[in-house]
Amino acid sequence: MKKSVFFGTVALVALVAGAASASTLDDVKARGQLICGVNPGLTGFGAPDANGNYQGFDVAACKAVAAAVLGDPMKVQYKALTGETRFTALASGEVDMLARNSTWTFGRDTELALDFVAVNYYDGQGFMVNKSLGVSSAKELDGATVCVQTGTTTEMNLADYFKSNNMTYTPVNIADDAEGQQKFLAGACDSYTTDASGLAASRATMPNAADIVILPEIISKEPLALAVRHGDNNWGDIVRWSFYALVAAEEYGITKANLEEVAASTQNPEIRRLLGLEGDMGKKIGLDNDFAKRAIMASGNYGEIFEANIGASTSIGLARGLNAQWTQGGLMYAPPFR
Amino acid sequence: MALASDPPKDGFRLSMLIYDTRFRSITIQIVVLLLFLAGLVWLLHNAYVNLEAKGKDFDFHFLWTRAGYDLAQTLIPYSNDDTHFRALIEGLLNTLLVSVLGCILATVLGTVIGVLRLSHNWLVARIMTVYVETFRNIPLLLWILLMGTILAETRPVPKDFRVTEAMKAAGEEPKASMWLFDSIAVTNRGTNVPAPVFDNSLGVVDIGWNLPVSLNALAVIAVMAASFWGWRRFMARAKAVQETTGRRPVTWWPSLLILFAPIIALLYALGFHLDYPKITKFDFTGGFQMLHSFTALLIALTLYTAAFIAEIVRAGIQAISKGQSEAAYALGLRPGRTMSLVILPQALRVIVPPLISQFLNLTKNSSLAIAVSYMDLRGTLGGITLNQTGRELECMLLMMLIYLTISLTISSLMNIYNKSIKLKER
Amino acid sequence: MSDTSFVRTEMLPPKPAPVSQVGVVKWMRENLFSGPLNTALTVFGLLVTAWLVQAGAPWLIHGVWNANSLTECRTIIAERWGPEATGACWAIIRVRWNQFLFGFYPVEEYWRLFLTFAGLFLALAPVLFDALPRKLIWGTLLYPLVAFWLLWGGPVWGPVGVLVGFALMGLAFTRLAPKLGVPVAAGAGLILAAVVWLYAVGPFESAMQSVLPLALPEVVSDKFGGFLLALVIGVTAIVVSLPLGILLALGRQSDMVMVKALSVGMIEFIRGVPLITLLFTASLLLQYFLPPGTTFDLILRVVILVTLFAAAYIAEVIRGGLAALPRGQYEAADALGLDYWQAQRLIIMPQALKISIPGIVSSFIGLFKDTTLVTFVGLFDPLKGISGVVRSDMAWKGTYWEPYIFVAVIFFLFNFSMSRYSMYLERKLKRDHR
Repeated sequence: MKKSVFFGTVALVALVAGAASASTLDDVKARGQLICGVNPGLTGFGAPDANGNYQGFDVAACKAVAAAVLGDPMKVQYKALTGETRFTALASGEVDMLARNSTWTFGRDTELALDFVAVNYYDGQGFMVNKSLGVSSAKELDGATVCVQTGTTTEMNLADYFKSNNMTYTPVNIADDAEGQQKFLAGACDSYTTDASGLAASRATMPNAADIVILPEIISKEPLALAVRHGDNNWGDIVRWSFYALVAAEEYGITKANLEEVAASTQNPEIRRLLGLEGDMGKKIGLDNDFAKRAIMASGNYGEIFEANIGASTSIGLARGLNAQWTQGGLMYAPPFR
Repeated sequence: MALASDPPKDGFRLSMLIYDTRFRSITIQIVVLLLFLAGLVWLLHNAYVNLEAKGKDFDFHFLWTRAGYDLAQTLIPYSNDDTHFRALIEGLLNTLLVSVLGCILATVLGTVIGVLRLSHNWLVARIMTVYVETFRNIPLLLWILLMGTILAETRPVPKDFRVTEAMKAAGEEPKASMWLFDSIAVTNRGTNVPAPVFDNSLGVVDIGWNLPVSLNALAVIAVMAASFWGWRRFMARAKAVQETTGRRPVTWWPSLLILFAPIIALLYALGFHLDYPKITKFDFTGGFQMLHSFTALLIALTLYTAAFIAEIVRAGIQAISKGQSEAAYALGLRPGRTMSLVILPQALRVIVPPLISQFLNLTKNSSLAIAVSYMDLRGTLGGITLNQTGRELECMLLMMLIYLTISLTISSLMNIYNKSIKLKER
Repeated sequence: MSDTSFVRTEMLPPKPAPVSQVGVVKWMRENLFSGPLNTALTVFGLLVTAWLVQAGAPWLIHGVWNANSLTECRTIIAERWGPEATGACWAIIRVRWNQFLFGFYPVEEYWRLFLTFAGLFLALAPVLFDALPRKLIWGTLLYPLVAFWLLWGGPVWGPVGVLVGFALMGLAFTRLAPKLGVPVAAGAGLILAAVVWLYAVGPFESAMQSVLPLALPEVVSDKFGGFLLALVIGVTAIVVSLPLGILLALGRQSDMVMVKALSVGMIEFIRGVPLITLLFTASLLLQYFLPPGTTFDLILRVVILVTLFAAAYIAEVIRGGLAALPRGQYEAADALGLDYWQAQRLIIMPQALKISIPGIVSSFIGLFKDTTLVTFVGLFDPLKGISGVVRSDMAWKGTYWEPYIFVAVIFFLFNFSMSRYSMYLERKLKRDHR
């Protein structure tokens, strides 16, 4: 009787299944939407708000790319990806780019058929403990129970760190940040380890934030980077330079507010090239020359995005630290637009 | 279908393959087989092309590389220097552990509840009905999450058990205390119980693959088995004496002596005592700790499956005709004896087949362990290993194969048992 | 005359029964305290109930509905009931109930969901109540496409094109079946429809859309979540798996060795692995087995795998129904000269399906509960997915019990009423079988 429904589904599958295309850029343009893989719930970096609209630091990168390619930062379809499904989703073409606090490692870059194009946040793994434990260094955590997110680099770093310091621990493998905070607050683990930014964000939202300390040791390098599929270099260039446009804009003092003004008045050739007033930067990557301008208009320059989502004025309150401009002693350094 | 509507004609024409019901089934089978093979080839071809395109290969060598991650609770020794294969085995053992314990506990609990649901006690029958309906109609995942939360949120943190010098001086009591003469501590992380230790230990031997076997345990088991065997011999002798002489020799104290003296002597010789858990800097150390991830999963699986088993038991009991229990009462059996001697043995035939599928369900449901971070097969092979190596194809196929093997083994074992208790029909 | 001083002329009124044999006391004696064991059980039951009430009641009574964050809830509770009091913060449900129910479906399009849901009952009506005219069944058959269009939106011409495919398939089947037999005709119809769907629907849709644009705003699958997602997956899977399960069950009983082996292999494989591995197959492995570059919706992939999963279980339920039929029914069908498909359609299936109804309903309840597992592949199920999203909001961090209770109550109401309905149906359909 209703077997027809099944065949209908098969037919719809055939309809939805897009033909394979060589160029991600063409796909995105044809679709009229950028599909961006984000975190389903990491406060400040990527999480849907009460209306289901995604907000956050990583999400802003998606918006900038969408603005650069399609001219509208709202033309993004966000796909919530778990730690387990994120790289597969990218490799299989389910998403066009990944902005989901993913650490750039050799293994991931080479084995997983993806390319990391630019670091949008320099992070490192730290530990958070309750003050009452009387622990002031990670070296004193011998015998502790540690909450760690499964499927992440932090899990391996943790094992390495305790091993190299001849210490033992009991891991509690948790699925996501929310669960980690819950377990830590309930005292189910002595320490919670994840990226220092995540720790700061968690601590800021805890009711007893004053009782919680983040230990001074940073036990790993965690360059959180934007990733694209391996093999489409042009698309990688687009994502990379859309992001670096934001970094460069901050360096040259271009903000969302003064963008038009600067564009009208500037004589600096580098800025003129960046904003598409001179040369044909955009054309070379298959876009038009205004792409950087639109990327900056989407949610402001790198500094503005940082301040709006995770900066000192927000409840998360992260300091710029390593993520300050290179001129300020940080690592954010946009290659020249030339 | 052997109903040929036409008398068979002589000779064979090609059209008979479709129109003649005798040949049609062969045609259909061949077409089905061809379609199946074509589909299989298509899938394999796609897999090959896709792997090629991603620059990946299909091999299981990664199983023998260093795992590099730690696991919290394992049945056999494991460290992050072991291989992914070892981690797989740890996960598999954890899966089997929780499944086997869960099946036993759920059967016991389910039988009790199923019987109580038929009780004449109004209150108890109602409570059991509420229990069954509540657990059957709410997803298992919720029960697992809830058990995890209950254990983590309602039990005290380890440091609440600590008695500091300052507290002693002030005469204060710690916020939480251990149970049973300071031997068991249930914190929000796990249950700490005393563990046996031996001062004059015989040591351990490694039987290969880093599988240590405690000689103490072996000795204890051997002595207990020997005592039991000796006791059986003694009782048989006593019976023989009774039958020949008509006088039964005194058996109670020699029995006790044979059963318990050797083991006590052995334990004394080995220097047996209990190692009590003690609160240290972070958590209890010493003794044996059972993490709540395991407990929560076990409780949730047991309670959930018990609700289904209760229904099966109830249906099984109700399937036995009332005449059976009336006949038993007429023979003068009390209700308890009627249940255990007359009703249950017969009901078992109705109960066992659906019970098997509940066991299978429980085993498969244990794969939800990740919700409370219990590291089962899905957590190790299908979780961390898959993530760290990026070999989803190999990991998932292997995992399916393992679960399939477990399921088929359980169901064939149970089918054998089922056959053995089957009513011998005339 | 007589020295009989007293002769009673009227009967004494009957004495009331002893206190222990009437009313509440009798009832309690018989039902609660009929023996030492029963008394112990009663006391134990009372203690358990009292403990549960004592532990949960204050928390429930102190519940707060009007607040905008957890901290606000806590201050209100502290003000009203004292600083030590604990209480539920139902405000999280009041503020976010729509996400638990509908995920991130656009608020202004909610009417489509209500329409789809109401339509579901209309479509089910001809199936549930046999008093209604039989013609309505065509509406039921049409419903899946209407529901698809309402939920996902887009031009109406796509579903219409698919419908044309179905119509052609039906036409080809009815024309060919008497000549070629059911399986061959079904295969031919299917191939015809597949050709239509693959090559004609796309052009047809764009052509008709340019002539007569008739479209609803499109809603992408990522917006689906909560109980909407659970219902979409559950209902689709059960509806599609029913015919598939019947085919598998028939295949398992078939005399044809090949068909039987394939059916048994498929059923045992799917029943032998946990659903969660099939979901991971949907999210991780399917891409390996499809032509390179093919991607389609995760929800659709999940629905397909869940459907296969349900089909294997339904097949076993129906096999039970087939096995329960007396052998005489098959023999009678043969004696009447019915061929295999006629016998199945007219004699075997109506009875076997009737016997299987409780099993099918409990399969559906199980499936509906299992839809919560989609959280592990990154979809927003009501239990863990949506709760996680809501908790990642600063205002609601630290709320655990309330979302669980809310979701549990909805699941309970839904499943409990369904199982009660199946019991009613079972009684109603009970004719001759004991």
